[in-house]
Amino acid sequence: MNNLLFDFTVDKATKTVSITREFDAELSLVWDAFTKKEILDQWWAPKPYASKTKVMDFKVGGRRFYAMVSPEGQERWVIQKYTSISPKTNFKFLNAFADENENPELPGSEWDHTFSEQKARPDDPIGRGTTKVSVVIYNESLERMEKQIEMGFKEGFTMTLNYLEELLATLSQQQ
Amino acid sequence: MRRDIFQAIADPTRRAIITLIALQAMTPNAIAENFHTTRQSVSKHLRILTECELVKQEQKGREIYYSLEIEKMKEIDKWIEQFRKIWETRFNQLDKVLSTIKKQKK
Repeated sequence: MNNLLFDFTVDKATKTVSITREFDAELSLVWDAFTKKEILDQWWAPKPYASKTKVMDFKVGGRRFYAMVSPEGQERWVIQKYTSISPKTNFKFLNAFADENENPELPGSEWDHTFSEQKARPDDPIGRGTTKVSVVIYNESLERMEKQIEMGFKEGFTMTLNYLEELLATLSQQQ
Repeated sequence: MRRDIFQAIADPTRRAIITLIALQAMTPNAIAENFHTTRQSVSKHLRILTECELVKQEQKGREIYYSLEIEKMKEIDKWIEQFRKIWETRFNQLDKVLSTIKKQKK
């Protein structure tokens, strides 16, 4: 589909998950996609699940309180409490599952997001910048990973393949 | 309470035990001989690994032999693979959203 970088590693010994992905868009747009709820809700939940953000206050000490909603309407709530923000460079939050009344299930994991612009080469005639995002999740547990898989991806591969088909169809129509 | 498998394999001694018994079933005494630690300490590690179902015990005569649950180890990798898929899907969806926004701006 494209040659944008996607790197995923899990260090079981240190309970750290690292995800790096390159996006074909400028830094400020990618930053918005991660930090504005209207955009976040459009992509955060793997289809056919939906992301429903109830509260989002993107500032240090603020939080995002959202639910992953299954096609049957079942909700699984998560709190992300922002602990550090360096605009268009980095932000961190503490991630924890919660009930619908915002009572967290502690401990959670620490998520660290780093954004960097990859400049287009001057000799590239159709040159345009891409943006690299690194997400590092510390103190992840297999139990919580399992939960995330359960809440957002029950049918697994079939869903991805269906989505991919749909995406490819849209892309070919655009050409 | 259910134990966290990441915790189980986060300890260097437990990882070493896993490597040892992956090759052959061993008694706690034989395992302990490989470490500069007490038999009690090895027993504690074996108990944690057993609770996580990463190792299984088998009684042979008067001795208990410990061996690795290969399937359980594979299961961990399967979970990780599914987790990777979530991120892949999520980011493929973000690609689509970014491209839509870019078009709207033009």
